[in-house]
Amino acid sequence: MSPTPRAIPGTTPFDGTMARKGYSLNKMCFSFNDKANRDAFLADTEGYMRQYALTPEQADAVRSGQVLQMLAAGGNAYYLAKLAGIFGLDMQDIGAQQTGVTKDEFKAKLVAANDQ
Amino acid sequence: MAQLIGGLATSHIPAIGGAIHKGKQQDPYWKPFFDGFPPISHWLAQVKPDTVVVFYNDHGLNFFLDKMPTFAVGAAPEYRNADEGWGIPTTAPLPGNLDLSWHLINHLIEREFDIVTCQEMLIDHACTLPFKLFWPGHEVAPVKIVPININTVQFPLPTARRVYKLGQAVGEAIRAWDSSERVVVLGTGGLSHQLEGERAGFINKRFDLQFLDSMESNPEWATQFSDLELVEKAGTQGVELLNWLAMRGAVSAGGASVKKVHGNYHIPISNTATGLLALEVA
Repeated sequence: MSPTPRAIPGTTPFDGTMARKGYSLNKMCFSFNDKANRDAFLADTEGYMRQYALTPEQADAVRSGQVLQMLAAGGNAYYLAKLAGIFGLDMQDIGAQQTGVTKDEFKAKLVAANDQ
Repeated sequence: MAQLIGGLATSHIPAIGGAIHKGKQQDPYWKPFFDGFPPISHWLAQVKPDTVVVFYNDHGLNFFLDKMPTFAVGAAPEYRNADEGWGIPTTAPLPGNLDLSWHLINHLIEREFDIVTCQEMLIDHACTLPFKLFWPGHEVAPVKIVPININTVQFPLPTARRVYKLGQAVGEAIRAWDSSERVVVLGTGGLSHQLEGERAGFINKRFDLQFLDSMESNPEWATQFSDLELVEKAGTQGVELLNWLAMRGAVSAGGASVKKVHGNYHIPISNTATGLLALEVA
C-alpha cells in the first residue's frame, strides 16, 4: 500500500469515487460537444436533465450555476467546461466565481504569480 | 532507419485558437506568448520533419468516462478536429502516418505497454493548436502525425515514471523504424494551472522553472512525483506536464544527448503558466 496522500486544500482529485458519483452529470456535459444538444438543453433544461437522469443534487447544482456545487456533485472540470460555455462563462469568470472574488481580482492574482 | 531529430513542447489552451483566429498575436496580452515561437518555427523550416508523434491529453472530445484509456495510440489515416462544446472554429484535418502508427503499436505491445489502438480518433485543441503555433504560415502543417493520448482526466493517472518509460519506448521504436523519414516528438499541455475548486488560479512559478530546467539537464527529475504530488505542485491541470515527460523520454531514448533550440515561459495566458521548449537531438 502506498501511503495515504495528504489532502490538497481546495482540491478534490477526480478519482473513482467522484467518477462514480458524477457519471450522469458528466455524460450530459459530454453531449454538449454537439450544438444541437446545447440548443436542446437551453430550450428545455429540466427535460434535458431528466433525459440524462441527473441526481437531485446534480440538477440543483446545474440550476444554481455554481461550479463548486457541480464539482461536489461529481462534475469533472474537463466536462463541466462545456456547460460553462453554454452559460457564456470563460475560465476567468469560473475562477472568480469559485474563489469568491471579482473577475478583475482573479485576473490580477494570475498576473501576480509572476512575482512568486 | 528513421531519424529522431528533436522534441517540442508547448502549453495548449483553447483561447489560443481564438487569438489566432482573430489575429491577436501582437496584442500586448498575447505578444509575450506568441513571440516565443518564431525561433522554433525557423528551426523546423530548416530541419523539415516528415512526421510528428504527439503526446497530448484529450479534453472530453474523443474520450468519455465510459471508456477511458490510460494510453491510446492513433492509427487513423487522418485526424479530424471537431466542436469541443464552445463552437470555436475547427481546424483542417491532419494526415496520419499509418506505417509509423502500427510500427509504434507493435513495438509498444512488445515492450509490455498494453495500449488502446484507435482507427478513428477526433483530436482536440491539445493536439491541433501546436501545429498552428509551430507552423504559423500554413493552413495545414506540412507533416503527418501519430497522436498518443495520455489520461489526465481521471485519477489514478499513469505515474510520471511510467509515462517517461512510454516515451523512451516510443523513441526506441522511431529509431528502429525502417524508413527514411525524419521524426520529431511533441508534448503538449501544462505548465502549472488549476481550473477548478477553491484553489482555482493556482500557479507555481518556482516549480515550473525547476521543471523547465530539468527538461534540459535532468530529464527524469519529475518522475519522482506521484500523480497527487504533481497536483499539489502544479495544479489539477498542471499534471498535463506528463506529456512533456513522454516527449523527453523519447528524445533521450538510447542515451541520446540533446541541446536546447529555444524556450519560453510566460504567466498568464487564460489561467495558465505557459511553457515552450524545443530540443534538438545532438
